[in-house]
Amino acid sequence: MNTPTLPALPPLLAANPRLDRWVGFSAPGRVTVSTGRVEIGQGVLTAMLQIAAEELEVAPERILLQTGDTDRTPNEGYTAGSQSIQFGGVALRMACAEVRALFLDHAAASHGYSRADLAVRDGAITHRGERTPHDYWSLAAAVDLTRHATGQSPTKSVGDYRVVGRNAPRVDLAAKVFGGPAFIHDMVRDGMVHARVVRQPRRGAAIAKVDEAGLRRAAKGPIEIIRDGNFLAILGADETVVEAVAAVAPDHVAWDGLDPINPYQEEARWLLQQPSIDRVIGPPPPAEPVPATARHEATYTRMHIAHASVAPSCGLAQYRDGRLTVWTHSQGVYPLRDALARTLKLDPAAISVKHVQGPGCYGHNGADDAATDAAVIAFHRPGQPVRVRWRREEEFGFEPVSPAMVVTTQTVLDGSGHPADWTTEIWSGRHSSRPGGGGNLLAAEALPDPPPHPPAVEGGYPPGAGTRNGEPLYDFPAQRIVHHLIAETPVRTSSLRGLGATLNVFAIESSMDDLAERAGQDPVAYRLSVLSDARARAVVEHVARISGWQAGLSAGTGRGRGVAFARYKNMAAYAAVVAEVEVEESVRLVRVWCAADAGLVINPDGAINQLEGGVIHGASWALKEGVRLDTSGISSRDWESYPVLRFGEVPEVTVELVDPAMDRPCLGVGEASGGPTVAAIGNAVAHALGARLRDLPLTRERVMATLLRG
Amino acid sequence: METTSLTVNGRAVSVTADVDTPLLDILRNHLGLFGTKFGCGQEQCGCCMVLIDGQPEKSCGKPLSTVAGKAITTIEGLGTPDRPHPLQQAFLDEQAGQCGYCLPGILISAKALLDRNPAPSRAEIAEALDDNICRCGSHVRILRAVERAARVLGEGGTR
Repeated sequence: MNTPTLPALPPLLAANPRLDRWVGFSAPGRVTVSTGRVEIGQGVLTAMLQIAAEELEVAPERILLQTGDTDRTPNEGYTAGSQSIQFGGVALRMACAEVRALFLDHAAASHGYSRADLAVRDGAITHRGERTPHDYWSLAAAVDLTRHATGQSPTKSVGDYRVVGRNAPRVDLAAKVFGGPAFIHDMVRDGMVHARVVRQPRRGAAIAKVDEAGLRRAAKGPIEIIRDGNFLAILGADETVVEAVAAVAPDHVAWDGLDPINPYQEEARWLLQQPSIDRVIGPPPPAEPVPATARHEATYTRMHIAHASVAPSCGLAQYRDGRLTVWTHSQGVYPLRDALARTLKLDPAAISVKHVQGPGCYGHNGADDAATDAAVIAFHRPGQPVRVRWRREEEFGFEPVSPAMVVTTQTVLDGSGHPADWTTEIWSGRHSSRPGGGGNLLAAEALPDPPPHPPAVEGGYPPGAGTRNGEPLYDFPAQRIVHHLIAETPVRTSSLRGLGATLNVFAIESSMDDLAERAGQDPVAYRLSVLSDARARAVVEHVARISGWQAGLSAGTGRGRGVAFARYKNMAAYAAVVAEVEVEESVRLVRVWCAADAGLVINPDGAINQLEGGVIHGASWALKEGVRLDTSGISSRDWESYPVLRFGEVPEVTVELVDPAMDRPCLGVGEASGGPTVAAIGNAVAHALGARLRDLPLTRERVMATLLRG
Repeated sequence: METTSLTVNGRAVSVTADVDTPLLDILRNHLGLFGTKFGCGQEQCGCCMVLIDGQPEKSCGKPLSTVAGKAITTIEGLGTPDRPHPLQQAFLDEQAGQCGYCLPGILISAKALLDRNPAPSRAEIAEALDDNICRCGSHVRILRAVERAARVLGEGGTR
């Protein structure tokens, strides 16, 4: 048991110290491994399986993975922020190593072997390489795993790895390719009803009148209507009937409190006029005025961005015998459980939240809200399993979006044209308002006695939220972030892949190209001249090499190349990107190269898949994406008004891991390539046009406006 | 309620349902075929793609009445883990997917393409898949997987 002199456990193992929360041997020949991490399309299940198989010395096929279940798995908070392997995987690895050691200790003590001669081979205990009669399963009854981890057992040395560091096929892919029931959307419970919620058009809107007769007349079959405060739901056994009524329901409900939204807030510059919570990270700005000849300043903007998951969110719930069970594709089953407990005034111990895979979410989308919708309805219909699948327009219209941002870089240059002092000034709404912190669930806000809005907060720096990657990794003698957190935004905002890093990296790397040009230097050479971090240099040099980067190509030819670099959060994986574009009236992305260093990589093909995905996602942000507003809120509620990158627009993509550093700690990779991709595209477009666009997305309209300005 | 007859994955079925019911709902909620996915219900994303008499169509916008007597092929009709279609095998070989939600619709669009053009160029594949949205950014692998399947089929792979 715990003693005061323990070495530091990985934080997630310290928070979930009981070893039986991580590993069990209940069925002969099978190993149950639990992770609080959930699969959101990033391949984490496969990587966790590899880690456990490696440390336990069992064939991966023996492992049954339990994931994201408040009844069964460790509490690891949210699966977010590219932290699953860097933190969750490290905890799992140590837990598995300790379990293996406990079995070997027991075999040595109870059966007379020399401990040093024992090892495990596919679950069997070996003595000097020969099988003994003992294995995990024969000894399981005698080895107590209810004890707490000590962190005293060494993990395997990297040189002995046989599973980790090698490509492993995704464990979840086959079901998806053969059309099996892989997703929460495919879940059916006996006697289940389908439900849709008639959303408050705005936060705080109150129902003035519901024309229930009209709703029933619009239904082609039996429906039920539930109203609780301003929460209004339609349910029935036939999903087709319920969906059709939901589509016309807004015509049958009148609301009070519909203050119009200012569509001007669609573009980000309105942020500059808002009251804000201000903070400076770093030394105070220079007091002396700087002559224009030694100064560079530029402003960059980005609209609100939608997660725009390929399918709308879905949740299932059943309330029976005083227990609520919720199935969800939320990124955090434990935080959602606590939020549901507050919303429904239930004991958290009376709630089970279970993760089931959904479409890729890329952050805090409608998943928690849909689960809460289902929970509230189930609470009103004890015993009845309820499924809520949001409508497409509901997901676009009501999911929390990534906030619009304005970023200004202000640089004081030294005599050689290098930055002597750098400021990144950031205006942004909140990037994180997940329900775990209290509130921010649409259904909860619609119920009587709604919880207060959670206060606007910016997470600690580093890693920051809006401030994320606000500090360049370059060797500048002095730098700071000036952050303006805007508490009031026209629409609900929260975490989206990369958070503030996307625009911050775009701004920093665009300005770096400006400065290189001003210094008469090649963008790659200029970056390397102020970049001493060896791993950072290596990815920049690598991407320059694989892309055949050439210094001195003319600008303004209609064809351009751009480079960009960032280390995600300045503490996760390093990534450098080169983009090649052709620009006539609009931007055509031709090719993208990406080089990354993620330290020890569990599943190289899985990491490359994530980096490739980040490149395409980043390209879509750079060229297409922006939430549209009208006076009633988000107006871009379909794929026509919220265009994303399609197959016909996808470039060739080459991703390479730079000299995979097996002996180095794992670095989160899932969000590493997005920001550098957006910035590299921006730099390539500037190179192609001979003029720079500083407002995202880089649409045809903006290209034309830039060309017309000359 | 009327009874409508159609063929799904080679099997004759009769469905008693409102004839305005989208084919997607018939497949999922009446026939228990969950492989075909709901994405938007607005014929914009391709998640619900099926073959209707061999042509790729978005099933969310096809009322049951319009498919009476027709032959529908869904992802479940393409192949099985024991006997995968070369496209399915190629997607596994290329690890072409992340969340995987879009894959059934994409596989159906790709099947339709290879049926009419056994040796498509990359541009032709991209054009054929342009109606299908993938949000995870698996496009490059998906394009490579379709190229691989075309190659396998061209070399005499079955189905």
